[in-house]
Amino acid sequence: MTDLAPPLGRRLRWTFTDGLTLVGRELGRLRHDPGELVAALIFPAVMVVLFGYVFGSAIQVPDGGDYREYLMPGLFAMVTFSAVMGVMTRMAADASRGVMDRFRSMPMARLAVPFGQTGADLLVGLLMLAVMVGAGLLVGWQPHRGLIPTAQAFLLMIVLRYALSWAGVYVGLAVKNDQVADAMVPLFLPFTMLSNAFVPTGGMPGWLRFLADWNPVSALTAAARELFGNPGVPSGNVAWPLAHPVTAVLLWSAALLVIFVPLSLRAYMRRGR
Amino acid sequence: MADPVVFAEGLHKSFGDTHALRGLDLSVPSGTVCGVLGPNGAGKTTAVRILATLSDPDAGHARIAGYDVVREAGKVRARIGLAGQHAAVDEKLTGRGNLRMFGRLSHLSRREAHRRADELLERFGLMDAADRQVTGYSGGMRRRLDLITSLILRPEVLFLDEPTTGLDPRSRGEIWDSVRELVAEGTTVLLTTQYLDEADQLADDIAVVDHGQVIATGTPDELKATIGDRLDVVLEDPAALGPAATVLKALAGTDPTMTGADRLSVALPGGGFRLADIVRELDRAGVAAADVGLRRPTLDEVFLRLTDRKELV
Ligand SMILES: Nc1ncnc2c1ncn2[C@@H]1O[C@H](COP(=O)(O)OP(=O)(O)OP(=O)(O)O)[C@@H](O)[C@H]1O
Ligand SMILES: [Mg+2]
Repeated sequence: MTDLAPPLGRRLRWTFTDGLTLVGRELGRLRHDPGELVAALIFPAVMVVLFGYVFGSAIQVPDGGDYREYLMPGLFAMVTFSAVMGVMTRMAADASRGVMDRFRSMPMARLAVPFGQTGADLLVGLLMLAVMVGAGLLVGWQPHRGLIPTAQAFLLMIVLRYALSWAGVYVGLAVKNDQVADAMVPLFLPFTMLSNAFVPTGGMPGWLRFLADWNPVSALTAAARELFGNPGVPSGNVAWPLAHPVTAVLLWSAALLVIFVPLSLRAYMRRGR
Repeated sequence: MADPVVFAEGLHKSFGDTHALRGLDLSVPSGTVCGVLGPNGAGKTTAVRILATLSDPDAGHARIAGYDVVREAGKVRARIGLAGQHAAVDEKLTGRGNLRMFGRLSHLSRREAHRRADELLERFGLMDAADRQVTGYSGGMRRRLDLITSLILRPEVLFLDEPTTGLDPRSRGEIWDSVRELVAEGTTVLLTTQYLDEADQLADDIAVVDHGQVIATGTPDELKATIGDRLDVVLEDPAALGPAATVLKALAGTDPTMTGADRLSVALPGGGFRLADIVRELDRAGVAAADVGLRRPTLDEVFLRLTDRKELV
């Protein structure tokens, strides 16, 4: 675009203002359709109870800890990864209904749509984390290492969630079709379960264990276990991401952002061009 | 003469092997309605998307109000409104919520966006439904909301891509009325449609598009004149078919078709035939006609003739 560009300062301000308007749009949707929000919030709570008591009755935690203490970091990680699905379906819905075209034919800031969408997801993510913490405390989970490490764990989840939501933006723009996007949502479950979130990876066959160890879900789970002081922190000879989980999560986040922010922006600006 | 507000020259656009546009030219003077008419797949939507800066042409160029749609897209966007083939509004929000959001995104102040939303809802008869979610709107209400969403900034040029497809006659009439009002205020409208009566009703000029090119332009009357009038003759005695056919052939230059046991029909090239002359010719040949009719062709006939030469003789 070689428009006689308005000054950068003004463009940035509009990007921010328009982004906020779009965050407001998502909140407005939730207000008009509280059922959707309630369903989204009940999901993690149900997971806590279901996995905590159903699986927990059968699974032995390696170093003899409580299964629900072991499980919660995994569920936090799972909820963090739901960002991809949420943002992907929202982007694809806008793209297939023509709302995206309306945005693109308006004199609004071009970057506002992806920034607004990922920003709104961050708010939803915070709410879901809050519900998860409540549900976790109810079933006997708690962080054991004090305020700072606990805050670090949540911060790590938020950073990774934001990075993941950009992957959602890109996939949503790439599929363009809300039905395809909806059909992809169930893939989320095997992806998150192929990790250390619910069971230790030690018992898996070699190739599966390799995939699970390098799955970013595992890195986030391991980091949260370490920072919360929950059982299941691996010892001995384990894969690199599990031995250095905090670094691994930060690297994953950086890599996701470096790859998907430019890809998404290009896809958004260029769609149909 | 003033420069056209919408101007396109030699637009080409391909999607893989599909040549959606092959050198499309278009020129719409300020304050008029241009109807772009064409069968499915003719390239209407592709052309509108290029003009509305949603898509870049492979070749050729286009200007809106003097601004290039590729190089000065931002300036173009500030001057256009677009209502596409679907209702591009947020289903989960209310009608008012949609208008306010799009108003804010058009960089109106909060107060101004609220005021404009109310004004548009009031004026286009959606005030009663303003606070209901769009999910509960009828198809016609949705289209109307979509239309007024594209009016928030009082656009100089409004693109309407099949604005009434799938609507019942009453809703279509309402959309037509809205378009007429906007035109009366000076908005230039480029409207694509497959409905010929829609173009007949609304358009000052028509561009017939087929296979990505404009194959005919003109006012509805001019287009009708290109295929001439149609002459229908009903005979008192079917036995006179032979001599009657000879007379009609001499007048029209082509063989007439039999449209019944005692009737003939033929297209007369150009205008200028008078009913009295035709009756006299028949008389002179000793043909007694029960009825002679000279009929303006409908735009349908023009359309079929232009877009599929085999269909009509
Ligand atoms: N994004 C796309 N990818 C591939 N092919 C496309 C794309 N958009 C349009 N086409 C093709 O280009 C041609 C022209 O399409 P276009 O949508 O412009 O037609 P139209 O005149 O609007 O038709 P309709 O009356 O059905 O809306 C069609 O053959 C269509 O299949
Ligand atoms: Mg179309």
